[in-house]
Amino acid sequence: MTTRAINLRIGAFLVIVLSAVALLSLVWTPYDHTMLSVTEKFRPTSAAHWLGTDQLGRDVLSLLMAASVNSLAVAFIAVGVGGAIGTALGLTASACGGWVETAIMRLADLGFAFPALLFAIMLAAAFGPSLSNAILAIAFINVPIFARVARGAANQIWTRDYVLAGRAAGASQFSLTVEHVLPNISAALIVQATIEFAVAILAEAALSYLGLGAQPPMPSWGRMLNEAQTLMYLAPQLAIYPGLCIIAAVLGFGLLGDGLRDVSDPRLARGRA
Amino acid sequence: MSVLLDIRGVTRRYPRPRKRLFQEEAPLVAVDNVSVQIAQGRTLGIVGESGSGKSTLARMVMAFEAPDAGEVLFEGKNIHALTRRELQALRPEFQMIFQDPFGSLDPRRSVGWSVAQPLRAAGRTADPALIARTLEQVGLRAADVDRFPHQFSGGQRQRIAIARAIVTRPKLLVADEAVSALDVSVRAQILNLLMDLQEEMGLGILFISHDLAVVSSLCDDLLVLRNGVVVEQGSAAGILNAPGHEYTHTLLTAARLELQGEGAA
Ligand SMILES: Nc1ncnc2c1ncn2[C@@H]1O[C@H](COP(=O)(O)OP(=O)(O)OP(=O)(O)O)[C@@H](O)[C@H]1O
Ligand SMILES: [Mg+2]
Repeated sequence: MTTRAINLRIGAFLVIVLSAVALLSLVWTPYDHTMLSVTEKFRPTSAAHWLGTDQLGRDVLSLLMAASVNSLAVAFIAVGVGGAIGTALGLTASACGGWVETAIMRLADLGFAFPALLFAIMLAAAFGPSLSNAILAIAFINVPIFARVARGAANQIWTRDYVLAGRAAGASQFSLTVEHVLPNISAALIVQATIEFAVAILAEAALSYLGLGAQPPMPSWGRMLNEAQTLMYLAPQLAIYPGLCIIAAVLGFGLLGDGLRDVSDPRLARGRA
Repeated sequence: MSVLLDIRGVTRRYPRPRKRLFQEEAPLVAVDNVSVQIAQGRTLGIVGESGSGKSTLARMVMAFEAPDAGEVLFEGKNIHALTRRELQALRPEFQMIFQDPFGSLDPRRSVGWSVAQPLRAAGRTADPALIARTLEQVGLRAADVDRFPHQFSGGQRQRIAIARAIVTRPKLLVADEAVSALDVSVRAQILNLLMDLQEEMGLGILFISHDLAVVSSLCDDLLVLRNGVVVEQGSAAGILNAPGHEYTHTLLTAARLELQGEGAA
């Protein structure tokens, strides 16, 4: 087995475990993660609390599980919305060409140059910090990324004879885009989405850590990290656990995305020759 | 006998990248003042070496791009002066077959989908019986509608492409190197199919090839292109029997040599 295949498997494994845990937490967690207890503070690992309890006596495992749902949901919505808008822009640029393409891609360049963190801070300043503003900021960074990927991949498809055959048949630019271009760039888009998922999870954690994302009592790995910061000497495990979760999620989606790209690209190239 | 396609003094130039800062590069003239006609039910062959402008001419006939000068009349209508809607309404009348049978069918679409595409685009109903009949007409089975391009050989794919091109009962078929990518034996089958269809449907065919041997078996008239310029044009038999130009003679000799080589192999 090549290193790539191993990476792909590790990535897929981490993503599956994470998704399973997140799904499970929707119906079951060991404890109610909002349940506070003055007597149960800073408990170490035990049979009752597998990962112990935090400074407010909440079960850490339950918190981590509940937070995983938020992480995945934020990434899913942000990448989904940003990716859809970006893909639509990229496809439009590619289908229209000329000044429309130039204008859209210049806008995308502008979006790239604009730091997401700055955008998130501006949103927070204007509308107050909230998870939906964090999602908006993360979606925003995905728009130019997907616009570029979609346009690049679409431009290649437009040169194919089957698209020309569609034109000869009398199909409009719109139906050529929907019927030929989009299906044939979907592999590239899925790979990119997986990679951006990793980035989004990291971004959500970072924004929540800075207080610009999930607000209490909503559990979030980033905020758990932030709250554990001041307790580093007292209970370092409270920072380590969410940190490990973030690493596992980012690594999982990152490896999966890279692996998928390695698998899909050379095969497509070979199929053409 | 009425004129189906009338190409009048068509010229197409492509800008060349600048090599020096203060000197504009002269544009490349891919097609230079070409005039030729195709009558209903007849076949015009266009031959010439690589880069002589054959495909460029085909793209203009298909209205994929517009000429810089001259006009292309289809049944008397200048196709480059039509509105988008008018052109779309006219498209079922002239269709195209491409060189690469692996590239001209969307790998993600079933045979039936691809063959029905011109019908859908024209706003007609894609009657399954019509699709089935068209597939049978090109030597495939009606049951092939649900299969995908990768399940077919090159020759079969070219048949699918032909089915797509004739499903709207067009009057003109543009075939750009339509058999060049095929094995010699398959090539003959496809050429026979085109001739049969022509007889059945009264198709006018614009047949492009760099190979005079292929053209000679199929065409009524001939146009020899070199660097975008017409070297010779007239009846195929006349030109093949007595080439009036050194260039045609060279092409002919090359074709004979290739034929002998294939015969010996
Ligand atoms: N889109 C384009 N932009 C710039 N130059 C082009 C373009 N299309 C064709 N050309 C040039 O125009 C000339 C004619 O090309 P064309 O493809 O029509 O030749 P051809 O006779 O079909 O050759 P082949 O037998 O190789 O297919 C060539 O020199 C080519 O490089
Ligand atoms: Mg060509």
